[in-house]
Amino acid sequence: MSQEAWLTAEVAGPKKASLITKPEIADAMIRRAKRPIFVVGSIAAEIDLEEKKLIDYVIAMAKRYNIQVVATGNTNNEFLKRGFTPDAVMPAVDIGNRLTDPRWQGVDGKGPHDLAIFVGLPYQMGWTILSGLKNFAPNLKTISLDNVYQPNARWSFSNISIKNWIMNLEAILVNRED
Amino acid sequence: MGTKEINISIKEIETEIGNIKDLRFSVGRLAQETWDEPQGPTPFPSMSTLRNWDLTLLNRYKPFYLPFCDLCCLCTFGKCDLTGDKKGACGITMPGQQSRIVLLAACIGAATHTSHARELVTHLIEEFGADTRLDPGGLNIKVEAPITRLVCGMKPETLGDLEMVLDYSEQQITQLLACTHTGQEGNPVDLESKVMHTGMIDHLSMEVADIAQISSYDLPKADPNAPLVDIGFGSVDTTRPVILVIGHNVPPSVEIMDYMQDNELIGDIEVTGICCTGIDMTRYSSKAKIIGPISWQIRYIRSGIPDIIVVDEQCIRTDVLDEARALKIPVIATSGKNCLGLTDRTGDPPEEIIDDLVSGKIDGALIMNPGEVGVVAVRTAMQIAPKRKKKKSGIFLSPAEALEMAKECTQCRECRRACPNDIHIPDALKAFSRGEPAMLTGIYESCVGCIRCESACPQEIPIHSLIVAAGEDTLRNESFKLRAGRGAIQDIEIRQVGGPIVLGEIPGIVAFVGCANYPKGGNELAEMAIEFANRRFIVCTSGCAAMTIGMYRDEDGKSPYEVYSGTFEAGAIVNVGSCVSNAHISGAAVKIASIFARRNLRGNYAEIADYVYNRVGAVGVAWGAMSQKAVSIAAGFWRLGIPVIVGPHGTKYRRMLLGRSDHDEDWYVDDTRTGEKVYVGPVPEHLFIAVETKEEAMVMIAKLSMRPNDTSRGRALKLTHYIDLHRRLLGAMPTDIHRFVRMEADIPITMKEDIVAILKEKDWKETVIPDPTLLPEKEAFP
Ligand code: SF4
Ligand code: SF4
Ligand code: SF4
Repeated sequence: MSQEAWLTAEVAGPKKASLITKPEIADAMIRRAKRPIFVVGSIAAEIDLEEKKLIDYVIAMAKRYNIQVVATGNTNNEFLKRGFTPDAVMPAVDIGNRLTDPRWQGVDGKGPHDLAIFVGLPYQMGWTILSGLKNFAPNLKTISLDNVYQPNARWSFSNISIKNWIMNLEAILVNRED
Repeated sequence: MGTKEINISIKEIETEIGNIKDLRFSVGRLAQETWDEPQGPTPFPSMSTLRNWDLTLLNRYKPFYLPFCDLCCLCTFGKCDLTGDKKGACGITMPGQQSRIVLLAACIGAATHTSHARELVTHLIEEFGADTRLDPGGLNIKVEAPITRLVCGMKPETLGDLEMVLDYSEQQITQLLACTHTGQEGNPVDLESKVMHTGMIDHLSMEVADIAQISSYDLPKADPNAPLVDIGFGSVDTTRPVILVIGHNVPPSVEIMDYMQDNELIGDIEVTGICCTGIDMTRYSSKAKIIGPISWQIRYIRSGIPDIIVVDEQCIRTDVLDEARALKIPVIATSGKNCLGLTDRTGDPPEEIIDDLVSGKIDGALIMNPGEVGVVAVRTAMQIAPKRKKKKSGIFLSPAEALEMAKECTQCRECRRACPNDIHIPDALKAFSRGEPAMLTGIYESCVGCIRCESACPQEIPIHSLIVAAGEDTLRNESFKLRAGRGAIQDIEIRQVGGPIVLGEIPGIVAFVGCANYPKGGNELAEMAIEFANRRFIVCTSGCAAMTIGMYRDEDGKSPYEVYSGTFEAGAIVNVGSCVSNAHISGAAVKIASIFARRNLRGNYAEIADYVYNRVGAVGVAWGAMSQKAVSIAAGFWRLGIPVIVGPHGTKYRRMLLGRSDHDEDWYVDDTRTGEKVYVGPVPEHLFIAVETKEEAMVMIAKLSMRPNDTSRGRALKLTHYIDLHRRLLGAMPTDIHRFVRMEADIPITMKEDIVAILKEKDWKETVIPDPTLLPEKEAFP
């Protein structure tokens, strides 16, 4: 397990994401958050995780943890196909920008979000938006749930195999059922 | 023109102080008024003259910073860690640093176009004389240089006049670059204003470059029916000697074609081009052929087909010599800006250089005289081609070789971790080595030819060559038609579409421009262009984007240029030309204000930009933007109030300029009829935004084409496109419709029920359609 960017050249600065070495870490962060939000990119519907797609895990987690969902790119379509309606549809940089604004009252207008969970964005797009949040949203915690290391998140998996990833995602879901 | 510098040179003069030889001096710039339009408030603006206008825009569209590096290493105080609210040793903050890097990139871009323009104008003056008349469109164009008139307040008439414009550009860029020095400008907003100034200068220099070459070389003059030319690897007759030219500055290529013409060799030799030189060659002669955008360099060179490579400037792979050497293709460098380490042979007898190149004594030569390049390139190609026959097979790797190499793969994934598009190379190689080539073949379309994968591979597998070998059928079938770059837009075309555009009845002008760093291949770009032409937008294009749009076939085997009109009208796909021709797109927006709306153009930047911003529904899309030039081009559009969309790689430009649709207070304009402030909604919502997918881009284009001045009919039409695309591509009605409906008449009839329900739910209130401006009256009409 290492803090090595997935794209070799995308080395971050001195402040780098801590590793989610076990699913309990992500689970605890989500549990503690009062106003979490999922930012779900277009690749979420492309990635096969054995018989499911990544987006299916997102939907399951969003339902169980009661997390609001922002669909970026054309991901909304994929959610709707699965009978799930996201709370907002907007470009990834637009939601990123709003998350840097401490006065923004969130997608439902009920108060600022305190945790943003990123998944399924093109790697470098996620990298740069998380960098914006790392630098300009000091009160926001961020997690990347992709199976590649996102150095600019507060917490991220390292570059892990699909199998390991599935195990982790399943474990996060199971923990919550306790 | 408005002013003129008088140069006096005296060979020999007897004076009291003695005999003076070769005296040259200028006696300043004398006013020479031949243009009756009154001079506006801001001719030759300094970098702070238009600051108020920039701040007005930047107040709506604030930067969202996306630091691509947390450190600064620009001086030896550094490296400094700027993360969060830390400051550098010089005191700069992270936002300041990001804006500074954007300014630096924009300066590189503007300097590149300006230097290109200078090289071109100097050469053309030597060749044709300083008094050569500027004529970018014959009788069809009276406003010959809209950007120059707007920015400089002068009306250039000859090639010589353009030198003064370039003097100004060079002076401005020097000052702008100086602002990036340690301890100079550190305020992020001021830096952003300077970025916009840089962009404006960039468009000025691009205009100079293109009208100079159009006028001197007789390139198509605002011709909607410019000839259809060949594009694609498959259009080359490989049995002939083949010359490849790469870059942007066309004089060496012109000399190549002139030499062939003079020696009756046209038809005996293939002259092929990659990148904008390719585009400009085909504007000069429809016999020239384009291979493709910049990402085709490696695949074409490695095919062995070119017998000689001539490079000029910009966007050329810096390892071109290494790649060429491997296939014994000699290289001629032609610009002092890109010498490639080659010996300067300018002025040597052509015979000697040709002998050295053909015998292989030298890999290449630096020849900085276009005329000499013409002779050497053509004759070398003819002499060397027979010797290179075996190498010209066009076969990258035999199937057996490819299989053998794929088997060397250890699945370490280093290639994928180097690939900008995260292409699943290891999986494709594994499948290929099992005899299943489909996945590798599929990669051909999305590979941008950067060969970073090869540099990363510990097994030294020539991955890109394997990909191209797998995609060889596709490559060989690349033979399409592209409409040669037409240059400027005619005044009459502007008169005809001006009204419908300003009223919103032509839903928008969308310009697909820029480089070929596409996230998922070029077809996406062609599909977008076709979609918007079918929706009766005016689609403009230039440079690598124009090529990519051409490299697409419909069901009847036709390229978009064979199907759509080249006239600047609704439903057209208009190729203006190369990178520097982008100035005709901004120029068209400016001409709408001046020719259609009769606003004074001369030295009147802020008023015209305010007009364009509030009334002309133009949107730029740089789907594969990669270069620093793309930054300066975009910045020139921003200052005119024209939003720009980039693909997902565009977040690496370090900041977006985003509006906040939820901040109602941001979206008021002055109504010049009543003096009241009127809420107009977030139109256009963003000034610079990266989007993730083609689908999202299409919805964004439709959305960003709305303007405060749209009539109800126009707005209803624009809303129809926005809602229709949103529903089709994103699966649902947009949730922000209430922000774009000003009165019931704005609601598209076919969607009335749905929209009225949404408006009710959102507590929508009717407002008015103002005569919109962002400028306080005294500034707007000084
Ligand atoms: S320019 Fe400023 S921030 Fe950059 S290295 Fe020097 S002192 Fe540090
Ligand atoms: S050459 Fe193609 S496959 Fe290789 S790294 Fe570049 S884009 Fe990826
Ligand atoms: S880097 Fe080379 S060896 Fe490693 S997976 Fe890629 S092709 Fe195979």
